[in-house]
Amino acid sequence: MTMKIRNRRLSALAAATLVASLALTACGSDDDGGNESGSGDGGGNTTVTFLPKNLGNPYFDTSSAGGKEAVEEFGGTFDEVGPDTASPDAQVQFINTAAQQGVNALVVSANDPEAICDALNEARDAGTTVVTFDSDTNPECRDLFVNQASAEGIAKAQVDLIAEQIGDAGEIAVLSAAANATNQNAWIKLMEEELAANHPDIELVDTVYGDDDDQTSFDKTAALLQSHPNLKGIVSPTTVGIAAAARYLSTSEYKGKVALTGLGTPNQMREYVKDGTVTAFALWNPGDLGYLAAFAAKALVDGDISGEEGDTFEAGKLGEFTVDADGTVLLGDPFVFDKSNIDDFDF
Amino acid sequence: MSDALLVEPSAASPTRRVLGGLLRSREIAVGAVLVLVIVLTTIKSPSFLFSSDGWRDLLLTPALLLILAAGQTVVIITRNVDLSVGSTLGLTAYFTGRLFSDHPHLPIIAVVVLGLLFGAVLGLVNGVLVALFKVPALVITLGTLYIYRGIFLTWAGSDRINAGDMPQDFLALGTKAIVTIPVLTIVGLVVLVAVGYYLHTARGGRELYAIGSDPDAAVLYGLPVTRRIVGAFVLCGALAGLAGVVYAARYGTVSSGAGLGMELQAVGAAVIGGVAIFGGSGTVWGAAIGAFLLVTINRALPVVGISDFWQRAVVGALIIAAIVLDRVLSARQQRRLVAAREETRTLQMRGGA
Repeated sequence: MTMKIRNRRLSALAAATLVASLALTACGSDDDGGNESGSGDGGGNTTVTFLPKNLGNPYFDTSSAGGKEAVEEFGGTFDEVGPDTASPDAQVQFINTAAQQGVNALVVSANDPEAICDALNEARDAGTTVVTFDSDTNPECRDLFVNQASAEGIAKAQVDLIAEQIGDAGEIAVLSAAANATNQNAWIKLMEEELAANHPDIELVDTVYGDDDDQTSFDKTAALLQSHPNLKGIVSPTTVGIAAAARYLSTSEYKGKVALTGLGTPNQMREYVKDGTVTAFALWNPGDLGYLAAFAAKALVDGDISGEEGDTFEAGKLGEFTVDADGTVLLGDPFVFDKSNIDDFDF
Repeated sequence: MSDALLVEPSAASPTRRVLGGLLRSREIAVGAVLVLVIVLTTIKSPSFLFSSDGWRDLLLTPALLLILAAGQTVVIITRNVDLSVGSTLGLTAYFTGRLFSDHPHLPIIAVVVLGLLFGAVLGLVNGVLVALFKVPALVITLGTLYIYRGIFLTWAGSDRINAGDMPQDFLALGTKAIVTIPVLTIVGLVVLVAVGYYLHTARGGRELYAIGSDPDAAVLYGLPVTRRIVGAFVLCGALAGLAGVVYAARYGTVSSGAGLGMELQAVGAAVIGGVAIFGGSGTVWGAAIGAFLLVTINRALPVVGISDFWQRAVVGALIIAAIVLDRVLSARQQRRLVAAREETRTLQMRGGA
C-alpha cells in the first residue's frame, strides 16, 4: 500500500466521519470575520485565515480555537471566516475574498476536494499559502495537508484501548457503519492484523453493521450481546455506532461487564463516560489539529519549509513535525478521552 | 347447503361462527408464526427470552413500530397510505429533544403532549392535501416524506440531540418497567386498545372501513368521507409524533437520520398482519402482531446466526408471502360468494316459476 492511497482513504474518512456524525450546527452563526485587512508583509505579522467547512460547528470551533492559540503564540493575526452550511461550493467566495485581501495563509477544511480547487489555485497565484486540514483537496490545489490520523494509528489505538479494558484476553466484536464503508473496512482489517500480531488471546468473533443509524446500531448491539454470551468487549470505529452501543449498554445488565470503546466525540459520549459504561475512547483532538495547521502555515509563509517530503518544522507545544509524501503532515496518534479530560472538550 | 353460511351468516350457530372466524383469522396465523420464532430462538439461546434484558427487549423493541403500525392501519383501512410517518417520527423526536434542551424545566408530560400535537399537525397537512385536492395519498405523502425530512435536515443540520441534553427521568422511561412490562410497551398497548376499540365499535371507525371498501358508495351513501379521511391522517400523524417521543426516550440520541425508512416497516407490519393494502379490511390487532413479528424476526435472525445480508431478504419474503396469501384468500372468498349468489338466484327463479 502506498502512502498516496492511504492519504486518499484518510481524506475520504475524514469527510465521511464528519458529515455522518460530528455535530455541524448549521444555524445561528454569523460570520464575524472577513474584514480584517490582510496587510501582512511577511515580517513579524503573519495573517492567517481559517476557513472551516461551516461556522457554528463545535468541532471546528475547537479547531479554530487551537489555530487562534497558535497564531497568537507566534504573534500573527488570526481570522476565521466560513459558510453557514457545509455545501461543496459555499467556500469559494470566502477564498476569493481572502485572496483579494492578500492574507498570508489560508487554512481550509475542504467541503469538496474538487469544487474549491480553482479558487484555491487563484489565491495561491496571488501569493497566499494554502494549508488544508481535517479534509483535504486534491494535492495540486494546496501547499500542505495536515492529516488528523493515519489508518494504522486509528486501528492500533482502538485495539490498545480494548485490550487494556478487557485484560488482553477474551471475545470482542466490532460494530461498524455500513458494510461497504471503505474507511471502516480498512480500519477493521488493520485491527485484525494488529490483534493477530500482538494480542493472540483476543478473538474477534463478529462484525456487525449498524449503517451509521442510531436505531440500527442500537438493535445490533442488543443482538450482539444476545448471540455472544461470552463477549468481553465491543469496538465501534464510528461515532454513531459507539454512542448507540453505549446507550444500550448503559441500560442493560451488561453495563460495566462488557467494555466498549472506539471513535466518538466527547459531547456524545459524556453521559456514558460519567455513568461508567465507557472507560475511554479515541478520536483526534481538533484543537491540536488547528494548532498544528496554523504552525504549518507559518512555516510555509516564512519559507522555513516548502512542503517537500522530509521538511521539518517546529509547532510550538506539539514539538517537531516532518512533512511526509504528497505534502502531508500527520498530527499523530489519536487522542484518548476519558473521565479525567472529557469535560475539557465541547464538540 | 354450506353456502348458506356465506349468504346468511346468522344462520350458522354462534360457536361455529366464532370457531370458523378464529381458524380463518390472519391474526392467529401471524401470532402462531411469532410464537414459533420466539420458541425456536429461545431453544437456540435461552437468554433471548429468559434473561432480564432478553425479556425486556422482546417487549420493548416492538413498542415503537406498534404505535406507528396502529396509526398506519387506520389510514390504510380508508384505502390510503401515509408514507410520511418515518419523517414525522424523526422530526418529532428532534422537536422533543430540542424542547428538553431549550426549556429544561418543561415537565415530561407537557413534552409528550406537545410531541403528539406536533405530529397531529403534520398529519393534518397530509389529510387536508389528500382529502381536499383528491390526489392519491401515495403521491402526497411521498411528497411530504421528503418535505418533512428536508425541514428536519435544515433545522438540525448535522447537529444531534445527545443523551446529556435530555433529563434523566425522561431517558429512564426508555427502560423503566412495571411488573416487568416496560412502560413504553404499556404506552403502545394502550394506544392499540384505544384505536382497536374505536375501529371495532365506534360509528366513525366503522365508517372508515366503509370508505375503504368502496369510496364512491360511501360518498353516495352520505358518509362524511372528507372529514373521516382527514381524521385518519391526523390520528396517524399524532401517533407518529408519539412514536417520535418514544424514539427519543428509548434511543437517547436523535440525529437527522432518525426514523429513516420506518414508514415502510409500518406499512409492512400492517400488511403482514392482514390489513388489506386496498383498504376496507384488517384489524389493528393484526397490524400489532405484524409489528411484533417483524421486529422480533429482525432481532432473532442474528441470534440464530443468520448473516446481516440475509435478514432483509427474510423480511421481504415475509411481506410477499403475506400479500400473496391475501390475494389467494380473497380470490377464493370471491369465487365462493359469486357461486353462492348464482345458486341463490337459481333457487329464487325456480321458486318463481
